[in-house]
Amino acid sequence: MSAATEPMEPMERQRNGTALEVQGLWKSFGQLPVLRGIDLRMAEHEIVAVIGASGSGKSTLLRCINLTEPIDAGRIAVEGEEITADGVDVDRIRRRIGIVFQAFNLFPHMSVLENVTLAPRKVLRLSPADADARATELLERFGLADKRHDYPDRLSGGQQQRVAIVRALAMQPDLLLLDEVTSALDPELVAEVLNVIRELAASGMTMILATHEMGFARDIASRVVFLDQGRVLEEGPPEQIFRNPQEPRTREFLQRIIDAGRLEATE
Amino acid sequence: MSGPQRQAEEFEAALDPTATAPPPSSARGSGSGRSLLIAVLSTVLVFAALGFLAVNAPGWDRVRNAFLDGENFTESAPGIIAKFGTNIALFLIAEVLILGFALVIAVLRSLPGPVFFPLRLLATIYADLFRALPGVLVIYVLGFGIPGLRMPGVPNDPFFWGVVALTLLYSAYVSEVYRAGIESVHPSQAAAARSLGLSQLQALRYVVLPQAIRRVIPPLLNDFIGLQKDTVLVSFIGVVEIFRQTQIRQQATFNFTPYLVTALVFLAVTIPLARLTDWLVARERDRRYAATVQAGSRSARRGRLLGFGR
Repeated sequence: MSAATEPMEPMERQRNGTALEVQGLWKSFGQLPVLRGIDLRMAEHEIVAVIGASGSGKSTLLRCINLTEPIDAGRIAVEGEEITADGVDVDRIRRRIGIVFQAFNLFPHMSVLENVTLAPRKVLRLSPADADARATELLERFGLADKRHDYPDRLSGGQQQRVAIVRALAMQPDLLLLDEVTSALDPELVAEVLNVIRELAASGMTMILATHEMGFARDIASRVVFLDQGRVLEEGPPEQIFRNPQEPRTREFLQRIIDAGRLEATE
Repeated sequence: MSGPQRQAEEFEAALDPTATAPPPSSARGSGSGRSLLIAVLSTVLVFAALGFLAVNAPGWDRVRNAFLDGENFTESAPGIIAKFGTNIALFLIAEVLILGFALVIAVLRSLPGPVFFPLRLLATIYADLFRALPGVLVIYVLGFGIPGLRMPGVPNDPFFWGVVALTLLYSAYVSEVYRAGIESVHPSQAAAARSLGLSQLQALRYVVLPQAIRRVIPPLLNDFIGLQKDTVLVSFIGVVEIFRQTQIRQQATFNFTPYLVTALVFLAVTIPLARLTDWLVARERDRRYAATVQAGSRSARRGRLLGFGR
C-alpha cells in the first residue's frame, strides 16, 4: 500500500481511493463507554455528515480520528496508512487531518494572518513570505482579506469560525473534520460559515461534519451516518436517512428535530 | 385643561424615552466634582488630626530631633543616594535571572506525563523549599557558608552571592506566578495548536506562554516591588548598599535622620511601580470586559490611575 509520507503536496500523492477507514473503534472516558465499535469507510471527496443526539459520540469520534483522544481499541487508517499503529508520529498525522472546533479556538494574541500562518511556518517550515502568500490567497477566497491584520476579538463569531477553517486549510489537509462548527454561532451568522463549507465541498475536499444543521447535512452530504449511543445505527445517502429512515430510533431523533423546527418535514 | 387630556399627556410622557433618560452630563459632572471635594476635605481632616496627635505627643521633641534633623538630612542624602546604585544593580541583575530561571521551573512543573516525573519532583521541591525558608537565612548561608568552604574557583564576593540568593528566593515565587498563568490558558488553546500539527513544545512556546505571560505581568510586577525592597537584606553579608550606608551614617552622627532619607528613596521608586501595576491590572480587566461588551471604558481607567472611583 502506498503510504503517503509527504504532507506538503497532497495533490501529487498516489491515491488509492479510500480517504479514511475506521474499524472497531472503542473509546471510553473512565467507566463511560462513548464509542462502542465504530466502523466507517470514506472515499476521497466524500462528505460524511455525522448526526445524532448530544452525547451520542459525534465529537469524540472526530477527536479520535484527529488523534486528539487516544483510542481504546480498533484501528484508523488515513489514505491507507494506519495512524493508530505504534510508533506513528502523531504530529505528522495531525497536519494531514484538519479539525475545526465548535468554539473556534483562535489564538487571541495573534492577528488573523498570524493565526493562519503559524502552523505552516513552524510545522511545514514555509518561509514567512510563502506562508503569508498561502494565507492571503485563502483569506481572499473566503472574503476575509480585509480582516488580515485584525485580532480575533474584533471579529464576529461567523468571521472567527471562517478564520478557523482557513487556518486548518492552510495546512492543506487530506481530510477536514468539522465539529459542530455552527453550534456556537448566532443564527444570523450560520449561513456565512455554511457557505464556506459548501464551497469546500464544491472544490472536492474530503470532509466529515458533525452537525445539528439537518437541512444543510441533507443538501451537502454524500452520506449521512446516524450515531446512537456510540454505535453507527444507520447510514446511507441523505435522501434515504431523512425521508425513509429504517431504524425506529433514527425516526424518533429526526421527528424531534422536525418538532424543534430545525428541519422541514418531508412529505 | 381637562382631566382626560392631562392623562393622555402624562401617558405620552411616560412613553417618551427622553423623559426617563438619565440626567444630562452637566449634572453628573457637578456630582463627581462634589464627591472629589468631599474626598479632598476628608483626607485633609484625617491627616491634620493624625499630625496634631503626633505633634502633641509627650515625646514629640525627642523624636523630631532624632529623625527629622534638617542639617543631617542634607548632609547624609548624597552619600546614601549614591549607594542606591548598588541596590539598583542587585535588582536589575537578579530580575533578569529570575525571569528566566523561574520560567524554566514553571515549564518543568507543567510538563505532563510520567516520564517527566523526576523533573517535576525536583522543581516542586525547589519551589517549596525556597518559599518556606526566611530570606535572611538563605542569604547568610550562601553569603557566608559557601565562601567559607574555600573551594578553588568559587567566588567569595558577597555581591555575587547576594544576587544568587535573591534569584533563588524570588524564582520560587515567580515560578508559581508563571504556573498560574500557564494554567489559566484554556486547554482548548493547546489542543487547537496540537491539532494543527505543532509539537507540545511548539504549542507551549507559541500559543500558551505568550498568553500566560501577558496575563501575569501585574503579579510579576508586584513581586518585583518586593524584590526592590529585599535588596537591603544583602547588607547582612557585607555588601555596602543603601541600607548599610544608612547604618554607617547613623552610627557616625548618632541620629536616625539618615533612615528618613532611605525611606524616601524607596518610596520614590516603589510607589510609581505600584501605581503602574494597579493601572495594568485595571487595563487588563477593562480589556477583558471590552472583549465581551465591545466597548472601552477609558474614562474610568484614567481615574483609577490615582485610585479614585473604587
